[in-house]
Amino acid sequence: MSYLELHNVSRSYGEGSTMVHALRDVNLSVEQGSFVAIMGPSGSGKSTLLTISGSLEEPTSGDVVVNGSNLTRLSANERARLRRQTIGYVFQDFNLLPGLTAVENVALPLELDGFSAKRSRSTAMEVLESMDLVDRANHFPDQLSGGERQRVSIARAIVGERHLLLADEPSGALDTTNGELVMRMIHAACKRGVAAVVVTHDAHLASWADRVVFLRDGRVVDQTVPPPSAEALAGSPLS
Amino acid sequence: MSVRHALLALLVESPKYGFQLRQEFEASTGDVWPLNVGQVYTTLQRLEHAELIASDDSFVEGPQKVFQITESGKTELFHWLNTPPDMTAPPRDELVIKVLSALRVPDVNVTDIIQVHRRYVVELMQQWTHLKEDEAEADLTFSLVVDAELFRLDAIVRWLDAADGRLMRASLEPRATTSAPQLRRRLTTRR
Repeated sequence: MSYLELHNVSRSYGEGSTMVHALRDVNLSVEQGSFVAIMGPSGSGKSTLLTISGSLEEPTSGDVVVNGSNLTRLSANERARLRRQTIGYVFQDFNLLPGLTAVENVALPLELDGFSAKRSRSTAMEVLESMDLVDRANHFPDQLSGGERQRVSIARAIVGERHLLLADEPSGALDTTNGELVMRMIHAACKRGVAAVVVTHDAHLASWADRVVFLRDGRVVDQTVPPPSAEALAGSPLS
Repeated sequence: MSVRHALLALLVESPKYGFQLRQEFEASTGDVWPLNVGQVYTTLQRLEHAELIASDDSFVEGPQKVFQITESGKTELFHWLNTPPDMTAPPRDELVIKVLSALRVPDVNVTDIIQVHRRYVVELMQQWTHLKEDEAEADLTFSLVVDAELFRLDAIVRWLDAADGRLMRASLEPRATTSAPQLRRRLTTRR
């Protein structure tokens, strides 16, 4: 089942001769549990695609459907609630709150959802545990390495019922080893049913995705076919 | 890839049979580069002829022969390990030639051609990553081989991206003279 669908989504800025088309008639479907990477040159519309998918921005035309709800038909309040409860964001610069510990950062979205502090904290601890971050739970962001901060921000993005993870260059500020750890985490989250859309310029990291979509001048110009199963690889030069 | 030096490296550990060397070579390269038996024995004969290894003739001839490294063999191996391979001359890369050729063919969209190659390479990378995700955690050798291939393919994608950007900029600027590529100068570095 598709968790995120974009139907003929276009987004333009400005008017007349200065009009810029950031996205043009984009169609995209991301199944539950699947990992899609978006690649494309600078200015191809990658980040706009992400902000529109996460309802941080509205399309000029077209429909965005998240978990069966058409965002364009929801009121601003309904959109905000859906965004808060089902979508997690990960940014290149982590965006953790500096005055809160790792576990408090992860618990915060749950408390905003109305859960008790105690329940939020125990759920946050469970997520941190699944990501091997328990021993960092009571550290403040400035006491964590860049890789650990990004892993905490992924934990925050998928805590509770958040089943859509949107990440913009999540490993952009990290070295290769930590970048791979972050992609492994997103991959593991997808195995547990999260749908992920990750924007990256790095093919090495995009190769963790089930499908890589190529954008150019605001259009989807190409995409990879899903990698063959391990059985299909048997007997190939790679096996 | 130097099979002879890889075999010398395996013989540094202990004397070994030819068949055993083949198995250990394949295991030590993460089973990525299969080696046929004939190749192993031809290489062993050459190494023996060059006195870099010696065989123990007290055993039965053929597959049961035991080989061991000589002092000259050890010297050769350590010299090889410490000598960077010659990378001064750019390889005759078919992909680069395809893109350069496309520039000269009328009515061809080079950007589209670049994308065909980009997608293919990214799909290959997905396959390698897929293998790594399943097996590599516990197998250091396999992880190293897969990483080497992923970085090699990643460099190709980066070159394609750079070529794409360069073509886009060139299309916005006045056309420069398209002389033959000036790659005749050879690089020299101390190895």
